Order: sequence, then C-alpha cells, then structure tokens
Amino acid sequence: MITPLWFTPALAARRPQALIVAGSAGGVEALMTLLSAVPSGLQVPVICMLHLPANRDSRLADLFDERLPVPVREAADKQAIAAGTVYFAGSGYHLSVEQDRSFSLSCEAPVHFARPAIDVLMTSAADAYGDELAAILLTGANRDGAAGMAYVHAKGGLTVVQEPLDAQVATMPQAAIDACAPDLVLPLAAIRELLQLLLEKK
Amino acid sequence: MKPRLDAADIELRMLIEAVYLQYNYDFRDYTGASQKRRVLHAVREMGCASISALQARVMHDAADFSRLLQYLTIPVTEMFRDPHFYAALREQVAPFLGTYASLKIWVAGCSTGQEVYSMAIMLREEGLLERSIIYATDINPQSLETARRGVFPLEQMQLYTENYQAAGGKRAFSDYYTAAYGGALFDKSLIENVTFADHSLATDSVFSETHLISCRNVMIYFNKRLQNRVFGLFHESLCHRGFLALGSKESIDFSDYAGRFDALVKRERIFRKASA
Repeated sequence: MITPLWFTPALAARRPQALIVAGSAGGVEALMTLLSAVPSGLQVPVICMLHLPANRDSRLADLFDERLPVPVREAADKQAIAAGTVYFAGSGYHLSVEQDRSFSLSCEAPVHFARPAIDVLMTSAADAYGDELAAILLTGANRDGAAGMAYVHAKGGLTVVQEPLDAQVATMPQAAIDACAPDLVLPLAAIRELLQLLLEKK
Repeated sequence: MKPRLDAADIELRMLIEAVYLQYNYDFRDYTGASQKRRVLHAVREMGCASISALQARVMHDAADFSRLLQYLTIPVTEMFRDPHFYAALREQVAPFLGTYASLKIWVAGCSTGQEVYSMAIMLREEGLLERSIIYATDINPQSLETARRGVFPLEQMQLYTENYQAAGGKRAFSDYYTAAYGGALFDKSLIENVTFADHSLATDSVFSETHLISCRNVMIYFNKRLQNRVFGLFHESLCHRGFLALGSKESIDFSDYAGRFDALVKRERIFRKASA
C-alpha cells in the first residue's frame, strides 16, 4: 500500500491505545466497510457506538463477531477494557469509560435524544485516555458526537471525521467539523486506510 | 502517556469529600464518569464558574446542597421499565411468593417511586398485595416525597400503558389512576402497605428480613467496593432462597458474591439466594 499524503509523520508517530468509531443513520453499512480493516493481530480496543432504538437488544456484536478475526463483544458494566477486542455499546444505556479503563453503564436522560450518546462515550474516554485516544465520527442524522469530538480534540486525542459529502447523512459529521477542527476529514475509504495504518504498525 | 487528573477531576473529588463530611451523604464510591457529568451539569444549571465555586456554595447553604443532591442522584425511571422483566416476575416469581403467608419486599433505591407502583400493581393482580409489606428506600428526600404523592406526568401515561400491557397487565392501566393535581394521581390503596424510608445503601445496614429485593439500575452507579457492600446487605436481608432482581444490564458475576446467588431468570436478571 502506498502511504497517502495525509498520513503525515506526526500522524504516523501516534500510538493510540484505544479507538472509538461512532455514527448513526447509515452507520451499520459504514462500519461494515471500516471494520473489515481490523487485523487479526489487533493490539488495542476498538469501541463502536451506533444509535439504536431503545428497548431492543442490539445484535451488532453478534453480527460483527461472525465477520471479524478478533472477538466482538457488547460492552458490559464494570468490565475491564481488553486490547484486541472490538466492543459495541448496547441499547438503552449510556456507555462511559472510567479512569481505570473499564466500562460503566448508566441510564441518565438521553443526550440529543440518544441513549447511548456518542458525546458521553467520547468525553469519558478522553478523560481516561487523553492523547492516546483516536475518535472517528461517521455518517448520522443528528448533532450527537460534535461536543464529544471537541473534547477529545482538547485532550490531545486524534479526531477523524467522515467527509460529509461522502456520508450517507451529512448532519453528524458536519456538526463535528463545525464544533472542532478535526485532525482529518476523509472519505470512508481513506478512513479505512488510516485504520489499517494505525492498527498494523505495531 | 496516561492522562493526569485534570482540575475538574480534583475539584470533583474534593466536592464529594466535602459533601460527605458536611452532610453525611456518601458518594465517594460512585463511578466517576457519570458522576462528573452530572456534577458539571449542576455547575452549569446552578450558575457556577467551576466545581470549586459550587462547593463553596453548597458548603454554606443547605438549600444549595439539596439542589445539588438532585444531580448527585439519578431520578430517571419509568413504570414497568423493561416489561419482560415484570412479566417474568409475575410468571416465575409470584407463584413462589404465593406460598408465604406474609411477604416483605424491599425496593432499594426506589427514586421517585415508579418501580414501587409497578410492583404494587403486579402484586395486586396476583392477589399478593394485601399480604405484603413493601419497604421503598432512597437517599433523596425529594424523590421519596414524589413517590409518596404518587402524582406522575400525564404525558408519561402512554408509555407506561404500553409497558404495562407488554408486561402482561390484566386490566386497563387507567383503572389505577385519575387525573388530578395536573397529573395522574395513582390509587392510594396501592401504597397502603408501603413504607417509604430514607436509607443509604452506602452507609446504612439491614433493617428487616425480606423475601424479594428489587434494586434495578442503582448499582451501575456504584464502584465494585460499594457493589460488594450492597450485595452483602441483600444477602443478609434475604430469607432462605429469597429473590433478588437487578437491572437488565447488571450482573453479580464481577462481584465477590458471584457464587452466592443462582440465576432464576438469567435474561431478566432475577436471582435467588443460593442455599448455604
């Protein structure tokens, strides 16, 4: 693979210890494309969140477990976050990352009509991982995630937003671009390349 | 590099310590991320510049503390939340409960009472309410007062009705309330045998033997140490083979009490105290 121009030395020097990938409308398809880049020798946790209807069990973890070469699990309360695992947020509860890098669930009011909310996950993960976090925001039809991305950015984490024109629904990525200056704004195919470069260089 | 605590984290810890020393409310073993979010929300809503500024106000004004308490506790609940849970309770626990001449039930962390009314309705329909004493406990006096009044927003009734029906309700849900005081006033006879009481799972001890404890979506806000304490209280309170109900994503598996409860309905998080 030819290293793309946007993959700068500064970017190549980053060693994220955790990755968040989040989205809403159109997110399942986008994740299908993106997560196919996850290698069998995955060294960090990847935490995924899509907005889901409440009161319905999420099948996403099972769906992706069949397709990826690493374990895919629903994030559980008080569970230590393990490297090499892909996690999905379940439905009906907010998902946070604690300072000791374990998950916690909560059922406070929805944020931007969403529970789980991307802002909640990203903000708490940025507190736990600081500049060792990479956050990727994909397609979606509301503003959730914008404040979270801005907070990740403020804490020194890597922020990547899907190019709105490339997204199935532009609202979510556009709101994040307006809220913070993301490190990278890329079409999905390029984010997939980025993921390969970030995850394989260990 | 692992990030250092930022100023807000340090201020948060000091606030929680100050609240404990000044008001004897112990939030020290609550999980951090959700607590920080709620306190920062209080900072904004109460017009403070920082958590430290909020602390200064709370320390010198009990009314400000009581406002903060509404953020430190989490009064988000609905009637018959997770209808399948109530259906399982009705179908798989009520028959056991029916074998006791009198019943003691503890709704721990009852918040504004939706859980208590749901439980009472289910018990009435199974012919068990008259022989039951329900202890409904919480640390938030304002929530307990709301629970006692039994007036809930009318706009919630559609959701509650759907939940009730999905939970296997046997009547029309509207039989249980009348429109009054600008809301839905629930039938007072439902709470005739309910004792609402101030009780802290973090600092208080067991007050009665019980047959069933429901503590749903309370312990997710506690760290492992406090969770272990609470499982200990429940284990002590429950009678031989007594029942414990948790929230739909809660688990005993990661606690010190993992082997001391058996799953009765695993999916719905209904457990029984294991035989000693």
